[in-house]
Amino acid sequence: MILTLAYGAILLSLASAVFALLQTRFNALVFLFLGLSGAFAIAAGIGELLDQTVLIDKIPLGLPWQAWHVRFDGLSAFFFLIIGIAVFVVSFYAPNYTRNEQKDTQSFAVLSLFTGLFISGMMLVLLADDAFMFMIAWELMSVASYFLVAFQHENSANRRAAFLYLLMAEVGALLIILAFGVVASSSDGFTFDALRASEISTTWMSIAFGLALMGFGMKAGLVPIHVWLPEAHPVAPSHISALMSGVMLKVALYGLIRFCFDLLPEVHWQWGVVLLVVGTLSALSGILYAMMQQNLKRLLAYSSVENIGIIVMVLGLSMIFLANNHKELAALGLVAALFHAFNHALFKNLLFLGAGMIHHQTHELNIDKLGGLIKRMPETSLLFLIGCMSISSLPLFNGFVSEWLAFQTALQVDVLDNGVLRSMIPVSAAALALTAALAAACFVKVFGLIFLGVPRSRHAEKAKEIDSFSMMIAPVILATLCFFFGIFPSVILDLLSGVTSHIIDATLPKTSVLTPLWLAPVSMQQASYSPLLILISVLITALVLFAFLHGKGTTKARIAPTWDCGFGALSPRMQYTSNSFTMPLRRIFVTVFLIDEKVEKTMRENTKLNVADVRYSLHIQEHCWVHVYQPIERGVNRIAKQVGRIQTGNIRTYISYSLATLILLLWVVSL
Amino acid sequence: MNWAIAILQTVLFVALAPLLAGFLKFCKCRLQNRRAPSFLQPYRDLLKLTRKQPVISEDASWLFCVAPYIIFTMMVLAATVIPLIAVDMPTSESADVIVLVGFFAFARFFLALAGLDIGTAFGGMGSSREMTISSLAEPAMLIAVFTITMTASNTDLSGAILHILHSGSTLHPSFVFALFALILVAVAETGRIPVDNPTTHLELTMIHEAMILEYSGRHLALIEWASQLKLMLYGVLIANLFFPWGIAQSFSFGALSFALVVLVLKLVVLSIFLALAETAVAKMRLFRVQEYLGFAYLLGLLGMLSHIILESTR
Repeated sequence: MILTLAYGAILLSLASAVFALLQTRFNALVFLFLGLSGAFAIAAGIGELLDQTVLIDKIPLGLPWQAWHVRFDGLSAFFFLIIGIAVFVVSFYAPNYTRNEQKDTQSFAVLSLFTGLFISGMMLVLLADDAFMFMIAWELMSVASYFLVAFQHENSANRRAAFLYLLMAEVGALLIILAFGVVASSSDGFTFDALRASEISTTWMSIAFGLALMGFGMKAGLVPIHVWLPEAHPVAPSHISALMSGVMLKVALYGLIRFCFDLLPEVHWQWGVVLLVVGTLSALSGILYAMMQQNLKRLLAYSSVENIGIIVMVLGLSMIFLANNHKELAALGLVAALFHAFNHALFKNLLFLGAGMIHHQTHELNIDKLGGLIKRMPETSLLFLIGCMSISSLPLFNGFVSEWLAFQTALQVDVLDNGVLRSMIPVSAAALALTAALAAACFVKVFGLIFLGVPRSRHAEKAKEIDSFSMMIAPVILATLCFFFGIFPSVILDLLSGVTSHIIDATLPKTSVLTPLWLAPVSMQQASYSPLLILISVLITALVLFAFLHGKGTTKARIAPTWDCGFGALSPRMQYTSNSFTMPLRRIFVTVFLIDEKVEKTMRENTKLNVADVRYSLHIQEHCWVHVYQPIERGVNRIAKQVGRIQTGNIRTYISYSLATLILLLWVVSL
Repeated sequence: MNWAIAILQTVLFVALAPLLAGFLKFCKCRLQNRRAPSFLQPYRDLLKLTRKQPVISEDASWLFCVAPYIIFTMMVLAATVIPLIAVDMPTSESADVIVLVGFFAFARFFLALAGLDIGTAFGGMGSSREMTISSLAEPAMLIAVFTITMTASNTDLSGAILHILHSGSTLHPSFVFALFALILVAVAETGRIPVDNPTTHLELTMIHEAMILEYSGRHLALIEWASQLKLMLYGVLIANLFFPWGIAQSFSFGALSFALVVLVLKLVVLSIFLALAETAVAKMRLFRVQEYLGFAYLLGLLGMLSHIILESTR
């Protein structure tokens, strides 16, 4: 029954793709199917998480002698739930959004076709129980999303971004195939059951881990192999970026978790350290680069790098605990990581959809050209504010709970015997604290410059609130969920205990308390958090305060012009911009960036004091472009040139090559 | 009964905060050979502000008016978490030290947004600087507090204080590092000299004042009170976490009143130290603050490492 629902979800998203291709006049059906697909996926996910029996099936597809093996367990179900929520919400949002993005009926067909294929690809990845099916589904997901990134291909920058994405996706896929191959070489087959039973040596296991980390990390966006992310996300349509950032990155994490925790026979703490370091690096550099962006969607893409970094970091903690035989703490880490993945899917979707709404109404994504939208788009601004508060991990919202759990995991370090680990994990916890604080600064900038202050451009000034109900309902659902899971995190955390028992055969410590009122991951004595009680005290305090200050005899506030220090009118250009807001942090973390800052002054009449015109330009580049990718590019070009030497263009040379090859082969055969 | 005492403690926190600010001002004035206003002056100022008609900029949105209430509420919630005169309060279980930092972050988030809301250069400047400084101070604070919580293996402040009380007067080198780290952070976070100067106005150096420049009337009163409360919160946090002796472990009247007296003494000593430091040290340039906070961070880290290397039970 549950598996039927899962198949139904996939078939429905395929049906939506097919319907788009047929180009009937009933475009609404395309989105109806998409919404139903999401609903089915949610039902399947929740059903399996409650039921907790592993479902196994075979589909006679693919190669003739090898049916596809399907397996639906807690981990798959949890990610199914994430996809389901995102797809369900996007199906409300997309109709109106695509109506404005499309240029003709054909582009609508293309967009919807590949959206359907992309979603079914992601769902199939989660169901796969053999490496063949996994890779086919993975490629379906990658290639379909390539076409979505390349949707607005008229712009050459977009084509470049799409090509970079495809290149990295394919290199990543190759690495994943190699990782499967390494494990499969010492087992009898490519089914996941066979891989689990493989008798592989530790060295090869570590090589497989490294390959998988690079392969899945390329898709998930770990530093330094994240470079496609900030290029691809801004050019895709907003609901597609929401799906890519909110969901596809999670599918890559699913792959990493499945491969490392489930398929490999054992884990080593050294791998955990690698994950911890890579995750910390990604989290910190992700948020620092996010801070410096002016393009909202690019900023959100970098912030995804940060959040994926946090998740991988906590996965590393979990792995370290697992390798040291503290299974309950490993379960705590895994729960924290999965919950953060879930939360990130919610608030990042919300923010991307919000960015789409801003773009829809103002045709502007540059933060420096917006401003004052809180008065022009009040509902959007409230929803976006909730997203910003969640991602900045403020209490009462969902992002805080998962970050709190991550801290709790890191603080359990005292149980470890290894001194190096004991001193390393607190350092990464401190880095996590820095990341969270920087994230708050970053999203103060985002919300403050876009929605507050005075409009900085005509577009922003003329903006109006979205008038489509269905487009508004999508972020409303997401914002409600962000708040709901911030107050009642135990709803999801309860479901997650089933996942950990399937994957690492352990649940949270027995003394842990997970009730709607209390959240105590280890025991009530160690640490407890009660969002509901806090919410109640907030309400009481606010009520007392209001009654106290707004009793009888209070004067109504007077509205007056802003104080301009007596110098005459203020102009919107006097406001802080993105670059000026982040200037102190840019100066403090100067070594992280490659900064190209230019100030050009034109003087009036060859005096040195009378400035007529100032031009300021700031260009920030990542170190890894200059120090990793450009050398690789140069190397590839150089090798290609060397290889090119044997291609003379003379037909006689080519014939002699063929002859030489033939003789060589004959010699080999004769041996 | 427990709840009544918890609420009483919170009310005490909120009510005493202006007094602490008044006493601090008194100490500073005396150190600088000036005549001091009465201890009660902050109360009078607050009362005056609540009676005045607030003036709101025409460019301000609803967020500008709501922010003072949010900021004050968050500070009150923070006050429910930090044990003032007694441990084992029912309210302190609902939030631990990480949530406490979260409350501060929540308040700061809205303060910075309010600074950006009117669209003036000063507001943006204050917000940008505040977020910069806090994003460096917050990790330093967390790592300093983690040193204590790891020793007590408990992130509840009540539990940590109880652990320190019960472990007797053993000297923890890690605590010394953590104490200094936390003091440095507290100075930065409450906007005191040498990081920010709460008495300057309309100067290019201001941080906190720049954000609240447009506030007036009851909104300003709430923000002022909240920042006095924040000073008191940090003071009590330092006093009770590192010198917990005297805090009431039972809810008897005698124990509670003894604890109150001890607490007042601790805060008097702390504010004399703060006044001395503020008189002796000059405000530093904005771009020296990162070195200052980096040092705090380093101290916190050293504390944590010395806990792990020297004191850990294994």
